[in-house]
Amino acid sequence: MSAFDPAELMTVAAARELRDGQSVLVGVGRPSHAAILAKRTHSPGLILVYESGTIDTDPENIPLSIGDPELAATSVSTVSLPDIFNYWLQPGRIDAGFLGAAQIDRHGNLNTTVIGGYDHPKVRLPGAGGAPEIARSCSEIVVTLPHSKRTFVEGLDFTTSLCRGEGGSMAVVTDLAVLRTSDRHDELELTETFPGVSVEDVLEATSWELKVAPEVSTVAEPSDRELEVLRSLGSKPKAVR
Amino acid sequence: MFLPLDQAIGDLLNDGDSVAFEGFTHLIPFAAGQETIRQGKRNLELIRMTPDLIYDQLIGAGCARRLVFSYGGNPGVGSLHRFRDAIEHDWPAPLELEEHSHAGMVNRYVAGAAGLPFAVLRGYAGTDLPQHVEVAEIECPFTGERLSAVPAIRPDLTVIHAQQADRRGNVQLWGIPGVQKEAVLAADRSLVTVEELVDEIELKPGGVVIPHWAVTAISHVPGGAQPSYTDGYTTRNNDFYREWDEISRDRDRFLRWLAAEGLADKAEVAR
Repeated sequence: MSAFDPAELMTVAAARELRDGQSVLVGVGRPSHAAILAKRTHSPGLILVYESGTIDTDPENIPLSIGDPELAATSVSTVSLPDIFNYWLQPGRIDAGFLGAAQIDRHGNLNTTVIGGYDHPKVRLPGAGGAPEIARSCSEIVVTLPHSKRTFVEGLDFTTSLCRGEGGSMAVVTDLAVLRTSDRHDELELTETFPGVSVEDVLEATSWELKVAPEVSTVAEPSDRELEVLRSLGSKPKAVR
Repeated sequence: MFLPLDQAIGDLLNDGDSVAFEGFTHLIPFAAGQETIRQGKRNLELIRMTPDLIYDQLIGAGCARRLVFSYGGNPGVGSLHRFRDAIEHDWPAPLELEEHSHAGMVNRYVAGAAGLPFAVLRGYAGTDLPQHVEVAEIECPFTGERLSAVPAIRPDLTVIHAQQADRRGNVQLWGIPGVQKEAVLAADRSLVTVEELVDEIELKPGGVVIPHWAVTAISHVPGGAQPSYTDGYTTRNNDFYREWDEISRDRDRFLRWLAAEGLADKAEVAR
């Protein structure tokens, strides 16, 4: 087993959430790395969809933007924005969605809008983009974000995207652990920790009293194959801290 | 209808207008945006799903009074620093926001193009967005389902970039088509900058043709989408998108860039 850093395991763990034959709405950055990694390892039949309207695309290189030329050149179909949002995303034709956030709460709701007040924010973030509709339309949501009290907060500064909750599932992959929605209650619960990370470590990095699954397992280290493919993608997502 | 770019912007865009420069990552009409800065247009309501670098430049240069948008980031790179500076510190002027989700913006353009007052979609419920923009909850008259209504967008002017125009002024674009057709049809006036003038349009796979009578003016501007790209003509300058992070981070560096590009000097930005 090769040495790896937590940022790499985060991408690998996110990739493992995807299954062969699923369609997945992908963004740039870690989501692209994870989805392309999944497609080149365990899920060759994964259907990658970018919100720019490129459906079933298979880029050789990691795209910088969601509308890079290569995404259109390798797609089975390239459609307009009204098409992608109204005919593909809204009716639930895309199974899984990848999201990031600056803040997450105990229910899995996300903030990508502001830190501080809305009118004169301390930090103005990019805003909603496609996230609210991805969160409500895809039945499986994978969220990746760094794990700290700053990101895992008791109350969001702004609710940009509402976790689907009922009927859907969410996996939150951090640099310490994996949290999932549960049938037992309407909160995220800790289900897996990264190697060398204790349940205590995760609880300490979370602002609310995090629910813990009856059995907590350890995320398997990246295989040589996973690391090899991930590193071949280049321009790795930046370290999370 | 065929005009040089400076004359087209001069004739079609007035201070205080609402204007949409559309193009989703692909075909962003940068040359027209920079001509707008060069002419010192003021108090614009800028409409665009993704402000991207084109509006970061217009906002930083002091052209904007208001921004209607759904995602203000530098794709794959990080923040739009001029956009942030305007919102966080009112520099060079306060910026009023009208902020939606992508699906909301898309459907607002569709309603505008259709000549309808509003569009209907699922979304917004439970988020904080409706506290800050016009979104109404409505009931489906047939099923009783609760849905969101968003008002149509009707810009005074829409500006887009396309691959080709023919002698009659028919326009064709292909590759990622975004929401440009809807944005043109929603607007009172439209300007299309094109890579190439051709005798007659030959339809491309996935080509979107906008007929000449739906277009107000056309300007021949090869490379007019750079540093974004034009499928079949130019490639995306990803290095410039990364470099913009440095150029735009600091006010003085940004002002030096504006001057070096011949777009505006410091005194003009501050006025």
